[in-house]
Amino acid sequence: MKKFGIALTLAGVAVLAAYSETDYSRFNQPLSEDQQILHALNRLTFGPRPGDVETVRKMGLKKWIDQQLHPERVAENPEVAARLRPLESLQMSAAEIATNYPPPQVLRAMTQGLLPLPADPEARQRAELQMQRLRARREAKEDGDVKTKAQGKGGDRLQQAMRQQVMSVADPVERRKLIADKAPQQVLPYDLNEAKLYRAIYSNRQLEEQMADFWFNHFNVYIDKGADRILTSTYERDAIRPHVFGKFRDLLEATAESPAMLFYLDNWQSVSPELGQRDINQRAKLRAKAKQARGLNENYARELMELHTLGVDGGYTQHDIIEVARCFTGWTISQPNRGGEFIYNDRVHDKGEKNVLGVRIPAGGGRADAEKVLDILARHPSTARFISTKLARKFVADDPPPALIDRMAKTFHDTDGDIRAVMSTMFDSKEFFSEGAFQAKVKTPLELVVSAIRASDAQVDFAIPLSMQIAQLGEPLYRKIEPTGYSGANSEWVNSAALLARMNFALALADNRVPGSKVDATKFADDPAAVARLVLFHEASQQTLDSIKKALAQREPTPALVAGLMLGSPDFQRR
Amino acid sequence: MSTRRLFLKSAALGMFGVGTAPAWLSRALYAADAPRPRKKILVAIFQRGAVDGLNVVVPFGEKQYYSLRPNLAIPKPDRTENSAVDLDGFFGLHPALAPLKPIYDSGHMAIVHAVGSPDPTRSHFDAQDYMESGTPGRKATSDGWLNRALPAQRDSSPVRAVSLGTTLPRAMRGQNEAVAIANLNDFQIRDTRGAGTFESMYENSLDQVLNGAGRETFEAVKLVQSIQKQPYAPDNGVQYPTSSLGQDLMQIARLIKSNVGLEVAFAEMRGWDTHVNEVGARPTVGQLANLLGQFGGALAAFYRDLGDRMADVSVVTMSEFGRTARENGSRGTDHGHANVMFAFGGDIRGGKVYGQWPGLEQEQLYEQRDLQLTTDFRDVLGELVVRHLGNVRAASVFPGYEQPKFRGIVG
Repeated sequence: MKKFGIALTLAGVAVLAAYSETDYSRFNQPLSEDQQILHALNRLTFGPRPGDVETVRKMGLKKWIDQQLHPERVAENPEVAARLRPLESLQMSAAEIATNYPPPQVLRAMTQGLLPLPADPEARQRAELQMQRLRARREAKEDGDVKTKAQGKGGDRLQQAMRQQVMSVADPVERRKLIADKAPQQVLPYDLNEAKLYRAIYSNRQLEEQMADFWFNHFNVYIDKGADRILTSTYERDAIRPHVFGKFRDLLEATAESPAMLFYLDNWQSVSPELGQRDINQRAKLRAKAKQARGLNENYARELMELHTLGVDGGYTQHDIIEVARCFTGWTISQPNRGGEFIYNDRVHDKGEKNVLGVRIPAGGGRADAEKVLDILARHPSTARFISTKLARKFVADDPPPALIDRMAKTFHDTDGDIRAVMSTMFDSKEFFSEGAFQAKVKTPLELVVSAIRASDAQVDFAIPLSMQIAQLGEPLYRKIEPTGYSGANSEWVNSAALLARMNFALALADNRVPGSKVDATKFADDPAAVARLVLFHEASQQTLDSIKKALAQREPTPALVAGLMLGSPDFQRR
Repeated sequence: MSTRRLFLKSAALGMFGVGTAPAWLSRALYAADAPRPRKKILVAIFQRGAVDGLNVVVPFGEKQYYSLRPNLAIPKPDRTENSAVDLDGFFGLHPALAPLKPIYDSGHMAIVHAVGSPDPTRSHFDAQDYMESGTPGRKATSDGWLNRALPAQRDSSPVRAVSLGTTLPRAMRGQNEAVAIANLNDFQIRDTRGAGTFESMYENSLDQVLNGAGRETFEAVKLVQSIQKQPYAPDNGVQYPTSSLGQDLMQIARLIKSNVGLEVAFAEMRGWDTHVNEVGARPTVGQLANLLGQFGGALAAFYRDLGDRMADVSVVTMSEFGRTARENGSRGTDHGHANVMFAFGGDIRGGKVYGQWPGLEQEQLYEQRDLQLTTDFRDVLGELVVRHLGNVRAASVFPGYEQPKFRGIVG
């Protein structure tokens, strides 16, 4: 009788455990060799191209992954350099960008003779034209009779479509000039969007491009917030890209002192609250220098801990936020709208003692105060977990098994935050190559559009229509307003408007109705199963095949239609 | 009116075939005739860029207003179009908003002045974010107040929450299904050769996530197609302005009148950031006047088009913050603090300017430059959520805002 009671109790505990814990058993079920190859391609790249599966099989999966983790060992596709060449702003410093594509403030300064005109004759001509327009607009406005343009949506869309058609047949250099003359402030987002898509589509260093996207999104800035229009290009190039596989501490510092981040999260305006105690004249002078600065700004300090390092439950308090903000006073920018550089301004730095997450930072410090904060945060166990979890959510599944996170976090800790080593731990794990991870992710809009281009082997000579498609699917590139970046969760991308837009895009792409992209549909058969193998690189689901077959029974099948249906199918939305 | 409703009903039900129409659809379609009250609808309009509230609802009874704004101040009401439209002897509407005056006079439009977000930020981007998430000062909130405002229920319409535009705005995002529609006439699979096939693929898919969303999508498409068949003719001879807001409100009106189960809608208007040349040759013309003309014209058209249907509808407007009380050196205004909101509809207790007026004397200004805030925007939105939409869980719609002070604008 007694024994019986114990047995019952144990059974009850087992039942409770089964109900209270998520079932991660699918992450123990291995994949076949073919599945492994396809899975790795789906996760490390923006989707396989024809021939990729064979290449990986021939090279060996392990070696291929290792190469992707060391992009310098992968010979780059010459198509990338050829397409990036005309996008001149990518090579410029922020100051050169401000001169060559002047925002209104710089134009005004040029008009008043406070700043020299661009040396480059074309840029100079452009600036002069802009100054004329600015004057004309001001005069018109002063008359008070500006007719605000009718904003009928149909008209706009028609114009836009016509513009895209014209642009897509123009030579890339001419096309860019057209934009520079008409709307110089659009050139920078234009170059960035084009470059991002060409790299995602054509680069052989696919994992590096995925990681550049991942880290930009993790340390998000918003290109339409004031000076970030001219600062975002150098941010991605100089702060993000060099460190995507490097030490987390280096990446963190690069973003912390980037003008783009200092501007985006307002730290450039944050000054010591103690300034109020000092001589009133000096205070006025300092204020005039730092324009609107009125005291401490907690914005960056908060996001640094919540979004960049520890995570929202990472164990910091409001007091820590204030202390970190005090440490970062004086980290500012010289003339942000003119593409200024990071400077440390000791005069507005809070010199008092601080205490960050239990670590005392003695009084009288300077720039090193914030360096110390970055050390503490980069080496904090919460950071190791937070970053590991975010990587696993991107590459494994929305709800990755805790055991995997533990091992990744341990690598993070043991290697002092070596991102490449953490990635290796993840790619070497049984969980990565498991049923639980296989096809578990819904493609983001960027991944969906680029994978469709790659799968159909489309030729892209003008990527802006693609970036507009991506925006319509809900992920306008470089235009995420919130510092959180885009969510990678499946739920974010599955909604009615987005799904319709995905299906419409698929049909339009295969039918060559997306300007700037050309698909050779003759390579597709009209047999759905054969087309599925070409674009999905595996068999389509029976439901998808049946639906297409039923439709084709009623009309003359065309290869383009079959390909479009396959690219819009539920099967193609997963990776 | 009733014939058209009947037609739409049969058209929409016909899409599903006999006996297969989902419960929400029949409920939505027959709601008009049902004995119990129809669902309430809330339409939120965001004026992005920070509208200059002091020139929208003008405190002409305030002497300081005229000394702070020598070039910008709207003259005291003199019954000409170059002066404010008197509301109550102290406040007046910008003359470009004259089309709204009849709604105010009918007692169905309330104005709240010196209202806004208590967060001190003067960043457009932060302030919009806070106003849409409904949590000033908290950036990590992932969903928006308008999504949380939807009352919990099962079996609801696929178009219960609609935002006009290509993406879902922050205010609309969250757990509840919400659809972004750029244009009702274009909410479909454009290539008819693909439509049925995609529907069959997604409806039969074993992929639970895509199957669910796919079903919802095609249900919404069917509902919207039942609307698309008829060209839209606004009632009462209304002609909507061609402006983007005018067209968006027309589509919202169309959804409302089609009885497809709409509960919350969102539209926006940009361009209010008037740092330079806010006014033209006179204070009553120029940039702001043009914008307000579009704004007021669109709202008035919506109100007249809906007619009796406004009994179920409330419209509320907001903007991220106000502008400096003092004009700047370039005939404009800079980023400020408190602002003005409009609310109108059948159950709005209007004909009144709500809120405590803080005054414009130097010592009465926020940080010596802006209109002080005397009403939290969540008091206004919260009251609409609770008393208009009937969602009693206001605390979960505005988390962290424990004690809202409703002003009694809904009754």
